[in-house]
Amino acid sequence: MAAFSVARRSRGLINGLKVSFRSSGQLKHGAVAAPLLQTSLHRDSRWYSAGHLSVKERIEAKRRAALAGGGQARIDAQHKRGKLTARERIDLLLDTDSFVETDMFVEHRCSDFGMEQDKNKVTHLPEVIFYFFNIIFCLCLFCFSQDFTVFGGSLSGAHAQKICKIMDQAMKVGAPVIGLNDSGGARIQEGVESLAGYADIFLRNVMASGVIPQISLIMGPCAGGAVYSPALTDFTFMVKDTSYLFITGPDVVKSVTNEDVTQEELGGAKTHTSVSGVAHHAFENDVDALLNLREFFTFLPLSNQDPAPIRECHDPSDRLVRSLETIVPLESTKAYDMLEIIKAIVDEKDFFEIMPNYAKNIVVGFARMNGRTVGIVGNQPKVASDEYVVLTPPPPFCCLDINSSVKGARFVRFCDAFNIPIITFVDVPGFLPGTAQEYGGIIRHGAKLLFAFAEATVPKITIITRKAYGGAYDVMSSKHLRGDVNYAWPTAEVAVMGAKGAVQIIFRGKDNQAEAEAEYVEKFANPFPAAVRGFVDDIIEPSTTRKLICSNLEVLARKKQVNPWKKHANIPL
Amino acid sequence: MAAPTISSSLARLLFAVKYASLQSRCSGVHGKVQYSTVYSPSEKTFDKILIANRGEIACRVIKTCKKMGIQTVAVHSDVDSSAVHVKMADEAVCVGSAPTSKSYLNMDAIMDAIRVTGAQAVHPGYGFLSENKDFAKRLAAEGVTFIGPDTHAILAMGDKIESKLIAKAAKVNTIPGFDGVVKTAEEAVKIAQDIGYPVMIKASAGGGGKGMRIAWNDEETREGFRFSSQEAESSFGDDRLLIEKYIDNPRHIEIQVLADKHGNALWLNERECSIQRRNQKVVEEAPSTFLDQDTRQAMGEQAVQLAKAVQYSSAGTVEFLVDSKKNFYFLEMNTRLQVEHPITECITGLDLVEQMIRVAKGYRLQHKQEDIPINGWAIESRIYAEDPYKSFGLPSIGRLSEYQEPLNLKNVRVDSGIEEGSDISIYYDPMISKLVTYGATRGEALARMEDALDNYVIRGVTHNISLLREIITHPRFISGDISTNFLPEVYPDGFKGHQLEAGKRRELLASAAALYVTVQLRSQKVLGSLKLSPTPVERSHWELCVQLGEGCYAVEVVKSGNVYNVEVDGGTVEVSGQWNLASPLLPLSINGTQRMLQCLTRDASGKINLQYLGTMFQVRVLSKLAAQLNSYMPEKVPEDTSSILRSPMPGTVVAMSVKPGDTVAEGQEICVIEAMKMQNSLTAVKQAKVKSVQCKPGETVGEGDLLVELE
Repeated sequence: MAAFSVARRSRGLINGLKVSFRSSGQLKHGAVAAPLLQTSLHRDSRWYSAGHLSVKERIEAKRRAALAGGGQARIDAQHKRGKLTARERIDLLLDTDSFVETDMFVEHRCSDFGMEQDKNKVTHLPEVIFYFFNIIFCLCLFCFSQDFTVFGGSLSGAHAQKICKIMDQAMKVGAPVIGLNDSGGARIQEGVESLAGYADIFLRNVMASGVIPQISLIMGPCAGGAVYSPALTDFTFMVKDTSYLFITGPDVVKSVTNEDVTQEELGGAKTHTSVSGVAHHAFENDVDALLNLREFFTFLPLSNQDPAPIRECHDPSDRLVRSLETIVPLESTKAYDMLEIIKAIVDEKDFFEIMPNYAKNIVVGFARMNGRTVGIVGNQPKVASDEYVVLTPPPPFCCLDINSSVKGARFVRFCDAFNIPIITFVDVPGFLPGTAQEYGGIIRHGAKLLFAFAEATVPKITIITRKAYGGAYDVMSSKHLRGDVNYAWPTAEVAVMGAKGAVQIIFRGKDNQAEAEAEYVEKFANPFPAAVRGFVDDIIEPSTTRKLICSNLEVLARKKQVNPWKKHANIPL
Repeated sequence: MAAPTISSSLARLLFAVKYASLQSRCSGVHGKVQYSTVYSPSEKTFDKILIANRGEIACRVIKTCKKMGIQTVAVHSDVDSSAVHVKMADEAVCVGSAPTSKSYLNMDAIMDAIRVTGAQAVHPGYGFLSENKDFAKRLAAEGVTFIGPDTHAILAMGDKIESKLIAKAAKVNTIPGFDGVVKTAEEAVKIAQDIGYPVMIKASAGGGGKGMRIAWNDEETREGFRFSSQEAESSFGDDRLLIEKYIDNPRHIEIQVLADKHGNALWLNERECSIQRRNQKVVEEAPSTFLDQDTRQAMGEQAVQLAKAVQYSSAGTVEFLVDSKKNFYFLEMNTRLQVEHPITECITGLDLVEQMIRVAKGYRLQHKQEDIPINGWAIESRIYAEDPYKSFGLPSIGRLSEYQEPLNLKNVRVDSGIEEGSDISIYYDPMISKLVTYGATRGEALARMEDALDNYVIRGVTHNISLLREIITHPRFISGDISTNFLPEVYPDGFKGHQLEAGKRRELLASAAALYVTVQLRSQKVLGSLKLSPTPVERSHWELCVQLGEGCYAVEVVKSGNVYNVEVDGGTVEVSGQWNLASPLLPLSINGTQRMLQCLTRDASGKINLQYLGTMFQVRVLSKLAAQLNSYMPEKVPEDTSSILRSPMPGTVVAMSVKPGDTVAEGQEICVIEAMKMQNSLTAVKQAKVKSVQCKPGETVGEGDLLVELE
């Protein structure tokens, strides 16, 4: 009994040693222990006591060592790089004193290549800090944080095992996993065990995909096989100037392709958030990234069994947004900023944009409507597609292209998987023409967005602000793809194509092109053709958009729609 | 589920319900103005008036027309087709494209609009065609009434030289010095030398401060000549210039006159317009703290003498410069309604637009001089879309994403021609509105102005509220010790926003900390079964760190209910409020004092932009831990700006003086940007070789656009 109390009281206490002394003192006079003292086991009891002390000491020593990470020198080096330690990151990410850490005692099992000596030298260090369950704004999650100060955060078998363990736990209870990655890569000394570790993690990433939200925050190097874990998670965030993601580093690149490239150019935050589309957001530094991650987390449900969260909202759901009445310019070729529309409509102008610097001709991100998390997808007329930027002058409005289709599709599928309603703002003149796009496979990539919208069963609300032309009209969450509520603004034009192109086909070779164009505009460049057919449910005044979306979401929260049973669908990859 | 509303909603759109809601709003704009004169419906004036203007003044005129039962016609450029004045008017005619020379100055198109709509009279507002004699002549030729003085008065007073001669003849005090028309830079220098420096150079045709430059030596005279003649050319199509003796440190006080076509004329007291930047008025008040009754009367009578001398009819303004000894000199006469006319309306109770319309129809004045009162005190602040931190105001443009006038306050009048969603474009004057407050005493009006500025919500464009609030709360302004040099004297190094003293800084830090805690606690308030414990314990004690400028302040917050006790910087501040996180306004009670703060932005990393005492302050609130860890974060090196020249404002490139390969000296002109009819010379900050030129004359550039790179 006494021993039990010792164990309990000493958990996590630095003064455990003192406690155990006092306990053994009590033991002498304790009622239960008293008979023992009078037996021949007297010596043994003292031995037990000593043994017990020694374990206690060892526990404390190990805890202290674990808390110290790779030692002060390495911690200082980490700070010098502008990076925080694994523990500091966790402290900042989670609510104060809200976490329960486990597997503090797990250590690596490798003794090759001097690792044994090294192990002795730096005592026994946990290589990854893993918290059993943690709390952000009172919401539960699981997270791990790789410790770069210990063997450069390289992944050993034991390290992988710890990550797998929490992912299994997270799956069991249905709570998100956040990974704070800062790892030099595989632990080469461990060979295949390290590779196996990666594969174990990948498998769990895949199994957890669509079940619990998975977020990776890259806070240091992440190279080789390691990159595939973040790639499999739902969101990959990076820290500017200190984080890198690449399959092979600049040295290997140089030897294979003879390209001279820096780490930053090859796999820095800028590259991945604006060129490759691998990462979803980049933040200024560790502190910024972690604080933003806290905020981002509040948008997410805990698992696919939970509804989209609803937070206390101070923004009236029936607020009229008068500024929207004039936002769409009168000239149908003039640009405007879709972000302005989105920010004006959502709660408190609070919009967490995903991939703000990649495929900027489509805007995706999370916001709240009357407190409830929603996913927003919007064409961005302000920005020409990435490819068109090289042309001067760029076309005045945006088309869907390969990058924007893929960006949109992945976001829509995330929302659908996690019960987050999707609100789509449409102003799209079509898919981008040209050999670059066709050779690149715009057909199959465009199909992804179509597929994603069509299979989504969450509430879907669509607002056509201006152009909805051709196939792109169908794709953008149209009525025909099971859009629940589809609205058009008075400025909407739903047609197969713009007037000029249409007239050239319909009246090929005729003289009175201008007149025909005017007739076409009169007939089709307005919301009526779609409205009379019921393809849009209503033509609404822009200022009422927020009010209508909020009330529709209230009703659609009860929506239940199930796709036919299948092992899984075969999205055109 | 939305299906049943389709038909009704379609109908709603087809019929202009929108307009109805707008009109009700607009009627609220001046709803609080109490005019003592009562419009008598039996006095028939016109059936239909065309307003040849835009923006707030067009709205102002339409407002009175509506009161008088007169139909209104708005004219507009294509970019203004959904402007407020267009929506308010009964009819609207597009008169051309965005540049003013193509639309609002396009006499042919405006004459056509008059014919098409059958308007019987035209109110020109101010600026544009208001003092254009040709326009008045053309109207007269077609039998359309010009609501303003007769052509000969415009002609006489529109010419700065002739107007002085007439003033002299009418025994009005005039400025000492020499008047003359100037053709070349050398001629300008010679005249300037004859008069003696300093001299003032301006366009003969232009009113107000536009195109006016002051030269203290020969070189500045040449430069002033070049700019003024260019501006005169582009703004008025008339490149004649005027050079005269410049009175240093004067006050600018003007007398409102009102005359009819029967030889009667009144003076409606003065307006103090000394607070100016670059010779454009910023804050005006009526009456002036400086004038005694004798001076007021003397000025008033001279103004009336001048009006009678030119058989003036309608409302007009005689501008005087008043020196420290209360000597006053005739400056010019503006033969139109002035921008700042509302303050006169406030203290006299007259509706000047109504009087102008009556007089134009030929009615006699209803009032005698002794009927004209000074009731209380009125102050006008001109709210501009401009950045006051750059030479007291460089134009900014943008879309008013959020806009709320402080009309919830008593004794506040806002004359504006824009609404939420309107664009402030490079084509027109960047004025957002005129904010007028009044009270029984000057102190009352000033206090109300402070409140009104704090309650004014403007988002999407940079505005000058910070400067206005600093002016009206400055001890020198409050004591009435002002001159036209007020701004450069009070802010010799330029305006830098409100300078916080320790107590006020504590208040700001405490408010930011309390807001941060509110936001953090709100994040816990999530519905549903997602939480570990159903009712999270609300943390009541917070240790924070607030960064403001270079400083970092440790803050301890204890929360009980909606009240926050904040320990900061060696003092305790009690902050309480409603804490609505969606509202742009943040009404707080700080140590028992009511303060209206505005939250402009806040983000997840703790950065909060608060408007406090009119000035926007950037603070960052971090938990103690985050602040400590933040110290490890490296400083990001900002871009070296000495070798690149960016456009300080949106505008058009008028001239590019360098080409790649040129070497420029420090201070040498690189290019000229024209914005809102002002030409601005951009100079090199160091000696360097030009690496590349990124724009060419005629091109439109945005704020921050790269113009020239130096090596």
